[in-house]
Amino acid sequence: MEVTKITNATRTYKIGEVETRALRGVDLSIENGEFTALVGPSGSGKTTLLQLIGLLDQPTSGSVFINGQDATHLNRNQRADLRKDAIGFVFQFFALIPTLTAYENIEMPLLLNGTKPADRKARVNQMLDAVGLSDRAHHRPDQLSGGQQQRVAVARALATNPKLILADEPTANLDTENGKQVMDIMQRLNKETGVTFVFATHDPRVISYAKRVVTLEDGVIQKDSKSNGKSKS
Amino acid sequence: MTQLFKLAYRNLWRNKTRSLLSALAVAGGMSLLLLMASVLEGELRGALQNTIRLQSGHLQIRPASYEEGKISLKWEDMIENPEQVTEQIKTLPQVIVATPRLIASGILTLSDESKGVQIIGVDPASEANQPFREGMIAGEFIQADDREGILIGNILADKLKLNVGDRVNLLVTTSNGDVDEQLFTIRGIYTTRTPGFDEFNVLMPLAKAQAFTATEDHASTIFILLQENEQADPVAQALQSNNFQTLTWRDQNQFVVQFEDYAGVFLVFLYLIVLGITATVVTNTLVMAVFERTREIGVLAAIGMKGRGIMAQFLVEAALLATGGVIGGLIIGGAAVAYFTVNGVYIGNYGITGVLFEERIYAHLTFENAVTLAIVTYVITLVASLYPARIAASMEPIEALHGLGA
Repeated sequence: MEVTKITNATRTYKIGEVETRALRGVDLSIENGEFTALVGPSGSGKTTLLQLIGLLDQPTSGSVFINGQDATHLNRNQRADLRKDAIGFVFQFFALIPTLTAYENIEMPLLLNGTKPADRKARVNQMLDAVGLSDRAHHRPDQLSGGQQQRVAVARALATNPKLILADEPTANLDTENGKQVMDIMQRLNKETGVTFVFATHDPRVISYAKRVVTLEDGVIQKDSKSNGKSKS
Repeated sequence: MTQLFKLAYRNLWRNKTRSLLSALAVAGGMSLLLLMASVLEGELRGALQNTIRLQSGHLQIRPASYEEGKISLKWEDMIENPEQVTEQIKTLPQVIVATPRLIASGILTLSDESKGVQIIGVDPASEANQPFREGMIAGEFIQADDREGILIGNILADKLKLNVGDRVNLLVTTSNGDVDEQLFTIRGIYTTRTPGFDEFNVLMPLAKAQAFTATEDHASTIFILLQENEQADPVAQALQSNNFQTLTWRDQNQFVVQFEDYAGVFLVFLYLIVLGITATVVTNTLVMAVFERTREIGVLAAIGMKGRGIMAQFLVEAALLATGGVIGGLIIGGAAVAYFTVNGVYIGNYGITGVLFEERIYAHLTFENAVTLAIVTYVITLVASLYPARIAASMEPIEALHGLGA
């Protein structure tokens, strides 16, 4: 089943009198359980595509479907609702709320979707355990390493059980060891829970984890290839 | 909701100095307004109570021909057999004191100096003289049968360098238009702590004043004090007569009453100016916070927080700032008001015609004023946060995530 589908999507930005065409008619379908990398050089449109899939931005033309629902013309609040229920995000910068502990950061999306306190507690502890940070639950982001922060971000993205996790350059600010840890966790969770991961990257070590690699260049998909992906070592 | 408050509280502590300064601005604005409102209230209240107890009473019975501002000693402009009228008035339960008074213009002369004064003939036994009795700073109060004794205020005594026992010449125009002059002995010097009164008023026994001015068994007015200010109108109604005019303290102190209204408007302008400045500080603080936290706003929006949730977060921060500011304002302002309520502020001989200001103004804070100011400060602080909260709420997630702001 398709988790997301993009049909003939274009995205044009206008800065002053200058128009930049970030996407020039992209068709992409992501099936449930995929572990897909969007790759390409800077300016190729991979982040823009990720933002359209994540309903953070809207296409200039074309359509975006999430879980079979046409999300192209949803208003701000409807898109926020759909993001809350169906999509998790991991950002390049460790996008945690600095005033909240690891536990509270993971709890935030559960608060937003109205999960009951007892269920919330169980789920947060489960996610902390899944990313190996149970002993860091009450640490604030500035008391965690970059890798630990990104693992908290992964746990937060998965907290509400979304079908789709979007990660934009998730290891770009991490050293090799921490980057590997984060990718290993994402891969394990993909296998264990069947959640779909789509991540934008240009790091060959990260690309090697992907089962499917979609290569973008100048706003169009140049190549779409599938492999078995790197095994956890 | 708890999470919202927790997050807002922690966000405020991210930049302690800025948050504390903002709360202090709210506290400072509010305490300044508390002080201004209470000093103004105290000034007006003091002036009114002073004017009532010394000059106008709660009510005065005047002859039908009485004209405001004109002191006439003609018999037809005076009350005949005032004791009889006074006894009738005293039967009303609201009346604490009713006493006849004679008021005349005169000139006090020494060998080389003279000064225009107002002579007040009083019944020395009356409770209405309590402010003078309590304010005796030298000598003794006058007796009813004293034919030569007078009391003068301390300001007049200082200006003319007079002491108890000194003899002075008083000159009046009598009821039949003749000028009479007599020597009097200063029996005592009083102070009402109201320079405007103490400089011009000479007290003598009513009987002597009547004899001196040839008004015989007549008085200018019946001076009445009631249990409460608000009883003036119903008692005035009860005392209505064709032969007399009944003037309430409001009728006699219209300037003070109007001044109170103007002061109210003036105070509203002051509120707006001071709270406007405070609001600007709060707006500025929160605008800075919004732009510092643009990425966080983007993250919250990305994980599904709607605009109203983001707006609520900044409003709660403003509410916490306002709460801290209002509590601080009540403490700082309350302390300042308490000081000026006890010690007052010296203004000296400051006067407006017809209004008797004491030489010190004492702050007077009413519960109503304090509550109103606290609510107004709180609401204005919240209103001031609407603009930054709306900026945050209207940010596009994608722009916010890139730290681009609204």
